[in-house]
Amino acid sequence: MSKIIKLKQGLDIHLIGKAAEKLTKLPVEGRYSVKPTDFHGVTPKLLVKVDDPVKAGTPLFFDKYRPEVVFTSPVSGKVEAVVRGDKRKLLEVVIAADGAQDSEAFDIPALGTAGRQEVAELMLRAGLWPFMIQRPYGVIANPADKPKSVFISGFDSAPLAPDMNFVLSAELDNLNTGVEVLSKLTDGKVHMGLRAGTDGVLNKVAGVEQHFFDGPHPAGNVGVQIHHIDPISKGEVVWTIDVQNLAILGRFFRTGKVDMSKTIAVAGSEIVEPRYFSIVSGAAVSSIVKKSNIQPQEEGATVRFISGNVLTGAKVAYDNYVGFYGNMITAIPEGDKYEFLGWAMPRFDKFSVSRTYFSWLTPNRKYNLDTNLHGGERPFVVNGLYEKYLPMDIYVVYLLKAILAGDLDKMENLGLYEVIEEDLALCEFVDPSKTEMQAIVRQGIDLMIKELN
Amino acid sequence: MKALRNIVDKMKPNFEKGGKFSKLHSTFDAFETFLFVPKTVTRQGSHIRDCNDMKRVMIVVVVALLPALLFGMYNVGLQHFRAVGLPDAALMQCFWFGFLKVMPIVLVSYIVGLGIEFGVAQARGHEVNEGFLVSGMLIPLVMPVDIPLWMVAVATAFAVVIGKEVFGGTGMNIFNPALLARAFIFFSYTPFISGEKVWVAGLTKGEGIVDGFSGATPLTDAANALAEGAGTVTYTGGSGPMDWFLGTIPGCIGETSTLAILIGAAILLYTGVASWRVMLSVFAGGYLMGLLFNLIGLNAVMDMPAYYHLILGGFAFGAVFMATDPVTGSQTNAGKLIYGFLIGAIAVLIRVVNPGYPEGMMLSILFMNAMAPLIDHYVVEANIRRRNRRLKLAK
Repeated sequence: MSKIIKLKQGLDIHLIGKAAEKLTKLPVEGRYSVKPTDFHGVTPKLLVKVDDPVKAGTPLFFDKYRPEVVFTSPVSGKVEAVVRGDKRKLLEVVIAADGAQDSEAFDIPALGTAGRQEVAELMLRAGLWPFMIQRPYGVIANPADKPKSVFISGFDSAPLAPDMNFVLSAELDNLNTGVEVLSKLTDGKVHMGLRAGTDGVLNKVAGVEQHFFDGPHPAGNVGVQIHHIDPISKGEVVWTIDVQNLAILGRFFRTGKVDMSKTIAVAGSEIVEPRYFSIVSGAAVSSIVKKSNIQPQEEGATVRFISGNVLTGAKVAYDNYVGFYGNMITAIPEGDKYEFLGWAMPRFDKFSVSRTYFSWLTPNRKYNLDTNLHGGERPFVVNGLYEKYLPMDIYVVYLLKAILAGDLDKMENLGLYEVIEEDLALCEFVDPSKTEMQAIVRQGIDLMIKELN
Repeated sequence: MKALRNIVDKMKPNFEKGGKFSKLHSTFDAFETFLFVPKTVTRQGSHIRDCNDMKRVMIVVVVALLPALLFGMYNVGLQHFRAVGLPDAALMQCFWFGFLKVMPIVLVSYIVGLGIEFGVAQARGHEVNEGFLVSGMLIPLVMPVDIPLWMVAVATAFAVVIGKEVFGGTGMNIFNPALLARAFIFFSYTPFISGEKVWVAGLTKGEGIVDGFSGATPLTDAANALAEGAGTVTYTGGSGPMDWFLGTIPGCIGETSTLAILIGAAILLYTGVASWRVMLSVFAGGYLMGLLFNLIGLNAVMDMPAYYHLILGGFAFGAVFMATDPVTGSQTNAGKLIYGFLIGAIAVLIRVVNPGYPEGMMLSILFMNAMAPLIDHYVVEANIRRRNRRLKLAK
């Protein structure tokens, strides 16, 4: 067994409403959607019209600047709506499922002899290429690149996150095939980060180099794992793939069919009986979380639905859809209430890492946290705080200031290649100045992509 | 609280854009957010946030300053009654006398400083920053009690405008505003903030003062000994280390009691608001510098036991409340150790070598405020070098 990498920095935020290990399988019915907004930096060009019949794997739109990257339907049925926003920006392609789950046909070569080119082209055609995320930048990988290595995080350490060993318990064959596909794409290694002390299906996946991590969130962030295993320097490209998407990829290469079934956790304080659901990617939140399953802890509170976890997920409306990369839905109360002299109160029911409150006395207590900002936005004042929540050799404030100043050299030198938004989510959480750090990081990455490519 | 909220909600439209008092929007907002934490919810990024905010951080520092303030008030009375020949005045009598002397200085500092902050916030269209809540309390505590109020007002205005707002406000300033206010008076109106008379209330006027009473601080005694080339330092009133530690000696309002300051330090360290690295290294720097001078031992002040320096004058106050200012100090962990150490060392150096400035702490911190970005620059450069070395290895 390889050695355990112990991470000290970070924080596990204990929230009410962890999903119980109980799986409910949902039928394929109703509406599904693919949202171009899930894919950073993609300019979508539509390929279908309303009422077009589609199968699972039928291209819906492609990226204007990389036409080979297409995005396909997760279900069979017909295109019901094309939703556009301001300036006709494409927001959603909505498909009404017919329940048959017919898939486009793909000829799968024998993996043993197939070449890189062949494998990549199949993934591109089937709409599975968007699973491959490149570092730096955290955008869809460029098929022409030769990545130094591929990284998979085998656990999610975010608050209320699904247990991947439970989610993937029946997927070992698919995972193995998925890894075999990945090894075609890179000349380097395929690394998998696992939580030390667990022993589940992911420990059995063949063909990967295992690395064990011990410590609080963000130990499960693939970026953190890369930093400790084989950090990215200028000019290097590493690819990553979500472990559940790895199973979908493997499934495709075993069956020749596009089957985007996945298991998501439905969690959070406002959910009655939080548990796991088996769905097809792009399902509507309302089809998963029934009205009767929502019970605000406080009378009359409005509920915020998040596709993803509370630190990095995207806010979705109840009638909207789970994101392409979403492994969970979290429901927490909106904090749109005034609090009298809140900053001066003991706030026993709230959570803070600061000892100016008392939550440090009860480290294992579970909290029902709302979305209130708890203060106004201020310039950077405190220091030495953020580094405690980012297990990387990076000076957070200096990096953020470099981004705000638009100084590309500094951004590069201070480690922007190594982080994406999710890595600074905890710093953003603890910040008493309420700086929008994730947005700033994305702004910096966008600037780099624009200026350097 | 519902009723209060309703009143605020009713007033609010008047202060919004286009309302009758829209020019006072920032001021209204400051008071509103003081009363009620806003109902703003997260829009992007992390959906939940820590309930800690700038108001909480700043108020903790103000609370940590209270022991020094309260003791300072008592000590102002104590010193005064000693000067007029009533050394047995009751505790409350001393405190009340000091309260009446100190409170006006506190009020002037807050009114002038916050007035400017509110105005600037409105002009910039910002929310009012909480930073001055701390500065406004620090300024009175580093003043001698007999300082004219107009001088406090001018110094505060200078510190806020030139020290802070021209750089962009709280979080952007280079020098500690409170020390800048003190330095402003120190260089512009030197007789009012140095010498032997200003530290005890009423001594400059001289009414009813006991014959031969001197208000010299122990550091002035030391400086005098240095100037006269005396073999040993003779401390006024025969005070000793215990008096200095407890703080029953003349000095700036808040600086005399090391004990009260240490209570504040405990609050700051326990809550994690101030950096232990800075505090510890300031004391270490001062102590080691003192030991070094003991070894040299050329004059009476060099021979002073090293720990004297830590409990005399503004050393402890500066170490706990001024050097730890996160904005003007070093911002990296390694930098903090160097920054703090040099503050302590330079303060003692100034005290011992330069008889013109009996108190070195203020100048030492201001000097290191200016040097802090340089220290951090090299710490951050080291981080960059580590990253680039990896790049070369990879190639």
